[in-house]
Amino acid sequence: MEQTHQDSKAVRRILITVSIFFLVIMLVFPVALVLTEAIKNGWNTYIKAISDQYTIKALQITIMATVTAVLVNTFFGLFAAWLISKFKFRGKRILTTFLDIPFAVSPVIAGLIFILTFGRIGWAYDFLTKINVQIVFAVPGVILATIFVTLPFISREIIPVMNAQRDEEEAAALMGAKGLYIFRKVTFPHIKWALLYGIILCTARAMGEFGAVSVLSGHLRGQTNTLPLHIEILYNEFEYVQAFAVSSILVVLAVVILIIRNIVEYKGRKEAGL
Amino acid sequence: MYVELKNIDKAFNKFQASDNISFGIEKGKLVGLLGPSGSGKTTILRMIAGLETPDAGDIFIDGKRVNNIAASKRGIGFVFQNYALFRYMTVYDNVAFGLKVQKVPKSEIKERVLELIRLVGLEGLEKRYPHQLSGGQKQRVAFARALAPNPHLLLLDEPFAAIDAKVRIELRSWLREMINKLKITSVFVTHDQDEAIEVADEIIVTNKGKVEQIGSPSDIYKNPVTPFVAQFMGHSALLESGVRFRGFEKAAGLSQAVIRPEFVKVVKKGNLQEHMSASEEGRIENVAFRGDSLELKVNVNGVVITANRSLEKEELQVGEVVDVLIYRIYTFDGNTARLIQNENMKDDNSIFI
Amino acid sequence: MKTKKGKRVIPGFGLSMGITLSFLSLLVLIPFASIVFSASSLGFQGFIETVTSKRVLAGYKVSFLCALIATLFNSVFGVILSWVLVRYEFPYKRVADGLIELPFALPTAVAGISLTALYSDQGWLGRFFSKAGIKITYTQIGIIVAMIFITIPFVVRAIQPVLEKIDGQYEEAASMLGAKRSTIFLKVILPEILPALLTGSGLAFARALGEYGSVVFIAGNTPFKTEIAPLLIMSKLQQYDYSGATAIALVMLIVSFIILLIINAIQMFSSKFTRE
Repeated sequence: MEQTHQDSKAVRRILITVSIFFLVIMLVFPVALVLTEAIKNGWNTYIKAISDQYTIKALQITIMATVTAVLVNTFFGLFAAWLISKFKFRGKRILTTFLDIPFAVSPVIAGLIFILTFGRIGWAYDFLTKINVQIVFAVPGVILATIFVTLPFISREIIPVMNAQRDEEEAAALMGAKGLYIFRKVTFPHIKWALLYGIILCTARAMGEFGAVSVLSGHLRGQTNTLPLHIEILYNEFEYVQAFAVSSILVVLAVVILIIRNIVEYKGRKEAGL
Repeated sequence: MYVELKNIDKAFNKFQASDNISFGIEKGKLVGLLGPSGSGKTTILRMIAGLETPDAGDIFIDGKRVNNIAASKRGIGFVFQNYALFRYMTVYDNVAFGLKVQKVPKSEIKERVLELIRLVGLEGLEKRYPHQLSGGQKQRVAFARALAPNPHLLLLDEPFAAIDAKVRIELRSWLREMINKLKITSVFVTHDQDEAIEVADEIIVTNKGKVEQIGSPSDIYKNPVTPFVAQFMGHSALLESGVRFRGFEKAAGLSQAVIRPEFVKVVKKGNLQEHMSASEEGRIENVAFRGDSLELKVNVNGVVITANRSLEKEELQVGEVVDVLIYRIYTFDGNTARLIQNENMKDDNSIFI
Repeated sequence: MKTKKGKRVIPGFGLSMGITLSFLSLLVLIPFASIVFSASSLGFQGFIETVTSKRVLAGYKVSFLCALIATLFNSVFGVILSWVLVRYEFPYKRVADGLIELPFALPTAVAGISLTALYSDQGWLGRFFSKAGIKITYTQIGIIVAMIFITIPFVVRAIQPVLEKIDGQYEEAASMLGAKRSTIFLKVILPEILPALLTGSGLAFARALGEYGSVVFIAGNTPFKTEIAPLLIMSKLQQYDYSGATAIALVMLIVSFIILLIINAIQMFSSKFTRE
């Protein structure tokens, strides 16, 4: 569009300045603060804090929960997206709404719900003890909470893409191609960037999940603590520098995630010809 | 001249959309900018509107130089190809928009809007939203909206391109009627020559960023001045070098010629009763049904010519040998086109087909 | 599309329906049923008592009010940010655009402790406010700030794609009709982005209501003043008062459901207007 109907220079300048100001204060400052506080007492303290055995164990649990959640939700997400975007059926809208529930529900409530179902007062409890599986206040609970909270992330990203192209799959099916083949050759090339983006979002959210995991975890140091929970404990014990040191791990990961996500989006747009 | 363009240049990146364009439009005329895609016609329209600014040259409207006047202040009505109706406003609000901007009092707005809606034949639809209208109806709302603020110049960018064929034909005559009634200077862009010929008082033919010819529809059609115009108008066939037809010996040396179906008459062997010295023999290569006539492809001396044949006449078969009369052709002499008559037909009093 | 026999053309319906349903049942439906059962064990009387106790009501009010203010704030800034990111060019624009997702990528607990430190009385930003006599940490303002932080991406990312796809024609048409930029923005562009704005705000509001990690550190959790509803649920749980926690949660769930339904309705309504 030409200058003849663009905003005036003054308006532009004001809006850009306001935006940058807003972003720096709201987003850059918190990140900068974590990093500054983390190394406040020098590198040695920093290294000690992040290589502390509890930190490492918490990191392991976080990674385990994250990886499981991503794998499970990718599996689920692909099938759910296939179902919703390729078919018409009664109750589809209700199903779609249910799919969005983990997105709209408070994580604390999510945790509560699982306690009610799988916890000691839950009706599934006796069944679980029989098969010797403990969910609440144990690692499986942490993993379950993480899966729940990130359930819709992947399907939400790929559904719009898959919705936009039903014709190609239909054409392939009419020519006799089987499900998996259609998916591999026709669907996947279209969704690969959206899928990657969803996986990235899912990973980020899984690593950072706090509320739901907090309810289900039992806060047993070294056993059922994820990294965010570990940070909470350090903070509540006034071990501020350590708390920020451990946080810095997650901050670095977050920045890496942002960068990867930007690259993925850029590549996706290039391929779509935008 | 009401609208004047002088030495207008416009380039997009490296593409020269307008190359030293100059022309004028008289007040009250309905002018068509006709040309193939990419010929620069839309660019010209948008520059007159103020939606694009020329790199060089001047644009005058009603004697005033408007180059530095913003589009919103030029008082021009613009109808877009895809209507550009405001989707979240009713028909009424769409048409009233320009008047509300001018802060016209509400009662006056109501009167004018309803008058216009009636004028375009959409009474009763004031409260509808664009998504509830057909393409033809949407375009008529767009038209009413553009006219509401009483513009002194109306610009239309391929107004019927997005509309169904049948509705398009109705809307063409409707547009002509409307503009005649309102007596507003109008310029419209089209790539459809039938449309230009039917609707416009005057046609400006564009090609590759330049103006090829300006004239009345029949002028442009019958007296093309450049090879491009000769070949662009009508269902012309461009012939390459070595034109050798009886009666056109003068044209034999020229490299290019244009024959239109209306210049050619195909006669079943044995039926030709006059101009025998002007006729050639040809072999039918294809017969195609065109609804109200037949389109023939005839091979004459190695050149395939298109001709029309009435359904009333005797049937012709593919492969049949026939007599072909070529009355005239356009030839190109450098950059000018000339119409040459068949020499061997000059003695008889030939009538223009 | 279905063939004459009513069979679907694209394969995989049964399998994908099966998997989707089992996951949803196991992870969503069944656990949600438990909440209804558990709440019912409290009895209707008990439910009402818990839910309308002074402290709980205060908790709802704090959560609701702060979430509302944060959402309104982010709606306005969300529009500004997406406008600037889509329509203007400036150095490091790509960085700014990438930064928007930070609240999604950063763990809520980390955001929580970081914001608390930032706005505390000696914090980088907090010190300016405390000089002016305004305290941020341990007040509702702090809660609002934290909620603003975590919901920044919702509105921006909802509006951006719509702004990118808006046909320039509408603005040109309005301009030709004499409108100035502010009119064009209010009358032409805003209606086009309003559905996305409402959807983004709705999700932001739902998220802010239920947010725990980033709010709980900066809030200070003073009952009746800065205690958010999710924290109330958490404390009831720690006291093993499961039915109490459930009652509070149920009310919040109903609100979330309503929000989801409203968002759905908005999307259905507005898609009518943009149908070709």
